Amino acid sequence: MSSEALVLFFIVGTVLVGGAILFSWYAAPRSYNPVKFEPYECGIEVNSSAWIQFNVGYYLFAIIYLIFDVETVFIFPWAVVMKEIGMRAFIEILIFFFVLVLGLIYAWKKGALKWV
Amino acid sequence: MRFDIYDFTSFTQDIDRLLQENLTPFWATVAELTIVGVVILAFYALVGLFLVYAERKVCAFMQNRLGPNRVGPFGIFQTIADLIKLLMKELIPIKHADKILFNLAPFIVIIASFMAIAAIPFARGLHAIDLNIGVFYVFAVSSMGVIGILLAGWSSNNKYSLIGAMRSGAMVVSYELSVGLSLLSIVIFAGTMQLSGIVESQADGWWIFKGHIPAFIAFLLFITASTAETNRGPFDLAEAESELTAGFHTEYSGIRFAFFFLAEYMNMFIVASIAVTIFLGGWMPLQFGGLEGFNTVMAYIPPLVWFFLKVAFVIYLMMWFKWTFPRLRIDQILTLEWKYLLPLSLINTVLIALVVLLGWHF
Repeated sequence: MSSEALVLFFIVGTVLVGGAILFSWYAAPRSYNPVKFEPYECGIEVNSSAWIQFNVGYYLFAIIYLIFDVETVFIFPWAVVMKEIGMRAFIEILIFFFVLVLGLIYAWKKGALKWV
Repeated sequence: MRFDIYDFTSFTQDIDRLLQENLTPFWATVAELTIVGVVILAFYALVGLFLVYAERKVCAFMQNRLGPNRVGPFGIFQTIADLIKLLMKELIPIKHADKILFNLAPFIVIIASFMAIAAIPFARGLHAIDLNIGVFYVFAVSSMGVIGILLAGWSSNNKYSLIGAMRSGAMVVSYELSVGLSLLSIVIFAGTMQLSGIVESQADGWWIFKGHIPAFIAFLLFITASTAETNRGPFDLAEAESELTAGFHTEYSGIRFAFFFLAEYMNMFIVASIAVTIFLGGWMPLQFGGLEGFNTVMAYIPPLVWFFLKVAFVIYLMMWFKWTFPRLRIDQILTLEWKYLLPLSLINTVLIALVVLLGWHF
């Protein structure tokens, strides 16, 4: 089977979740209570919305990740042909990794990998 | 129609031919897709139910308890009872939630795991789709589930959920690199990204044995990193119940919660399947050079049994991790990845390239 299988799996997943939620929507009992639909917060009244300015502590990690992930995408084609090309591919990947590790060391020394 | 338990290629081709002869090409495709869809749906549900039961039994075993033992013999119907209970529970709509994203999140999580299962080869000729970029595809699709988790956490408008989702994002973002590099190392050995091709290349020995120590290190890296990526203990910070109530799915009730729960177990299954396919020889039996009798006996066991036995072993390993190690702190998790696992996997990749270059592998 070719790539239509991907569409199939997408549809099967949608049908599974949608069908179950639809069934549950009709089968499950429902009741109303003014405080029931509040978000949970230790049982006390909700203080404020959660959609506030929030210190995402791994912001720098995400940026470094972006660089490394793109590199991983570049390395995949290299991995497939490594066996055929041999020595030249090995030297090239050494240079590639050298640049990559240089970036990692720079981020490390700058303290970007420290949790703040 | 020949049904051969060792090679499903002719079996699937026969079904295909049968449908093509009796129906128009369009309806034949539709019929094929329906058959595969029903089979996959049943398989998915079965594996999910079994894994939840297995986890509870393994957990009970580790903690010297009995575990579920009331519903059916040895409690095997416990998860089915749970499923029915969850289906009959109210779906609570949260007042200030972002309704669309809140409802969309379970879909994304489940669909991502479905798409990943599509590429896994269970036995020779028994796979839904055999992509020539299989490893890359699975690597890409399996990490899509975190989008669902992020959406779930953010749209709930709940502080616990938000923190849980952000942690999950941080972990996937970090551990993705080690997963990618460790998968890549076996691609260097095999010289192909096609999953069935990688399995075929292990006919005379699994890569974990053939690839010497670097392959074994890659396996360890993969297991560690993928445990983190599936949000399982000791890396289950996204839903750390002792500090975040239930993390990203705090506000989900009834069957919607069940889907997050199911997706966690299916992701575990997918990760174990990938580990088995790439490192442990997929459906290939255990073979040692020079032991003719042993090899014959091992080759007699059907490939499907081999595949699921190995998957069960890897899943057991992951459950063992969860119930043995205490949960890590978020900064410890990020330190572990960025200062230990990532440099190690970079060095290991170079090492494997060197091993391949010098022909040290078998």
